[in-house]
Amino acid sequence: MPETTIESCEVKRLEILSENGDADESLAPKFTDSQIRELYETLVRMRTFDGRALNLQREGRIGTYASILGQEAAQLGTAYALEKRDWIFPSFRENGVFVARGYEMYMILQYWGGDERGIKVPEDINMFPISIPVGTHMLHAVGAAMAAKYKEDKTVTLTYFGDGGTSEGDFHEAMNFAGVFQAPVVFICENNQWAISVPRARQTAAMTIAQKAFAYGFEGIQVDGNDIFAVYKATKSAVDKARSGGGPTLIECHTYRMSDHTTADDASRYRTKEEVEAWKEKDPILRLKRYMEKKGLWADSYGKQVDEDAKALVDEAVKKAEAVEKPKPQDMLVYTYKELTPRQKKQMGDF
Amino acid sequence: MPWTKIQADDSRGRVRFGGGERPERELSYREAIREALSQAIETDDRVFLIGEGIDDPGGVFGTTAGLRERFGAGRVMDSPIAENGMTGVAIGAAMTGMRPVFIHMRVDFLPMCMDQIINHAAKWSYMTGGRVKVPLTIRAVIGRGWGSAAQHSQSLQALFAHIPGLKVVMPASPYDAKGLLLGSIAGDGPTVVIEHRWLYDQKEGVPEGPYVIHAGKGAIRREGTDVTIAATSYMVYEALRAASELEGEGISAEVVDIRSVQPLDEGLIVGSVKKTGRLIVADTGWKVCGVSAEVAAVASEYAHDALKAPVKRICLPAAPTPASVSLEKAYYPGIEAIVRAAKGMV
Ligand SMILES: Cc1ncc(C[n+]2csc(CCOP(=O)(O)OP(=O)(O)O)c2C)c(N)n1
Repeated sequence: MPETTIESCEVKRLEILSENGDADESLAPKFTDSQIRELYETLVRMRTFDGRALNLQREGRIGTYASILGQEAAQLGTAYALEKRDWIFPSFRENGVFVARGYEMYMILQYWGGDERGIKVPEDINMFPISIPVGTHMLHAVGAAMAAKYKEDKTVTLTYFGDGGTSEGDFHEAMNFAGVFQAPVVFICENNQWAISVPRARQTAAMTIAQKAFAYGFEGIQVDGNDIFAVYKATKSAVDKARSGGGPTLIECHTYRMSDHTTADDASRYRTKEEVEAWKEKDPILRLKRYMEKKGLWADSYGKQVDEDAKALVDEAVKKAEAVEKPKPQDMLVYTYKELTPRQKKQMGDF
Repeated sequence: MPWTKIQADDSRGRVRFGGGERPERELSYREAIREALSQAIETDDRVFLIGEGIDDPGGVFGTTAGLRERFGAGRVMDSPIAENGMTGVAIGAAMTGMRPVFIHMRVDFLPMCMDQIINHAAKWSYMTGGRVKVPLTIRAVIGRGWGSAAQHSQSLQALFAHIPGLKVVMPASPYDAKGLLLGSIAGDGPTVVIEHRWLYDQKEGVPEGPYVIHAGKGAIRREGTDVTIAATSYMVYEALRAASELEGEGISAEVVDIRSVQPLDEGLIVGSVKKTGRLIVADTGWKVCGVSAEVAAVASEYAHDALKAPVKRICLPAAPTPASVSLEKAYYPGIEAIVRAAKGMV
């Protein structure tokens, strides 16, 4: 009996938009000019929001904050491929996804300012709150996708997590469930190379995260996570596939966390300046801007206007967040159960 | 390590805390923990540390800083983010003779390891008639403040204390932090050592050599005659401050540092309550089915006749930890609540 190869897997990587702004037109998604502008404007809004949140933290006006700097394209390119009815299960770093989905920026600030009412997601936004335990929410995404399949509604569920999150058993169980039940779910790994101070190589001995999908019986692909065209294209095709009953996909967005893990961290203690510098040239926003220049979609006055508009929106959000009335102590008992327990009733009086 | 030869003189715990003469050099709580870890690694080849980012230059609040450089990655292992996996791996190593110390920054992520801890670590000795031992130390940190909130700032000692086979200690002082950690590493079963983030800068005299304090012993931190305040971890400090304030009002409070939640030093608590006739329990965790409930029950079972007033409990209300600073103020009781309770009893 010979030894034969019964299956082999190929790991693909998709890149469309180069660092200097050239796009492979045979692969590029068919965006209209106004869509390109919309993408650029949203990216700038995300980054402006993020920069302001970091400043607010430094000034002691909000609590610990997790920056998205460098990951904007991975967040927008994925979110942009969804329909309004589709559901998102984010990790704690998806502030940009919240912005992209039209979540009120003042509420995101309210949340990071330590007021959980900020994460009381409005009825018309299909997004779940941030989960602090790493990786645990991917199972919820799969459950939601299985529920959608059962209800025969054509919504797709998308979940985000980091490279570190893929070490959790929950990730593997979620992937396995998704494969076995052919759940309409898209797994988005934002592989930003670091999990606090632990480099990606310490999370898995595999060459890519993308290839993990093969073991669970579905497709995985790596994309240049700083290339909004590649991110969008891969996500859109995964979402379409899921919606038409084709099951799950894992997309590894190969990107970089330009900032500290959170404001409570100092990344210069464990990684080199050179490493960070090398990624600056790969900046996702700069890249789209260069593309727009080449396509005649750019004017400096336009760029200035976009910056100013974003700043004005964020200014307004900060004002609004800071004007929100403080919660009352009684509030913390109110939502634990539908009705107060006898003990809670007594405690209400203590406040 | 000749663990049995380094038993701590337990009377030390009584006098050294929060004052008194300090002939020894002072160490902070974090330094005391780091010293315990390095002495354990140095003197016993079976000891290794494992945890997420424990080789981070920050070193788990400074408690593991520099240890990887000193002892190498074979003894100080940084782990993938997989709490349940890490617990299982550590248990496997412990069952075959190693003495792992599994370190986690926050107790909130131990719920991910519950099957391994409850169904395995806590059970193997029992199920094998003592044949298989799991000398596993789990360090977990509780804390409060800076909006850490519901999934990031809990105080879960009661969950672990409920399980036969597990030991749970909560050092409040640097002296205890070192001794209880070494005691846990020296022990034959699994111990959860719960540290409090607000205590890392606390300083006191700590002996240079290794010494062990075994789980199961509380300590009297201040003697008194009118009311016993039995407290855990950070609440010991609130209790001591409350006792000073009460002294000004003519109330003499005795402060018992519970130190070991499982096993509980019932004799010490009952003895104190028999002396004072009143009991306040101050715990960092929730009131409902919490450590305070167990302590109050012990007083009711074994010191009932001595009690001159109903037991009072100063703990967290029946709600998850809020994120907002204004809510945190209402959520965490402290000196005022203890003083008020004592005045209402005496
Ligand atoms: C279950 C769990 N374990 C540990 C932590 C502490 N922690 C918070 S973020 C983080 C690193 C996460 O890295 P990754 O998944 O790569 O996401 P990134 O921060 O890079 O976005 C860790 C270990 C946690 N929040 N939850």
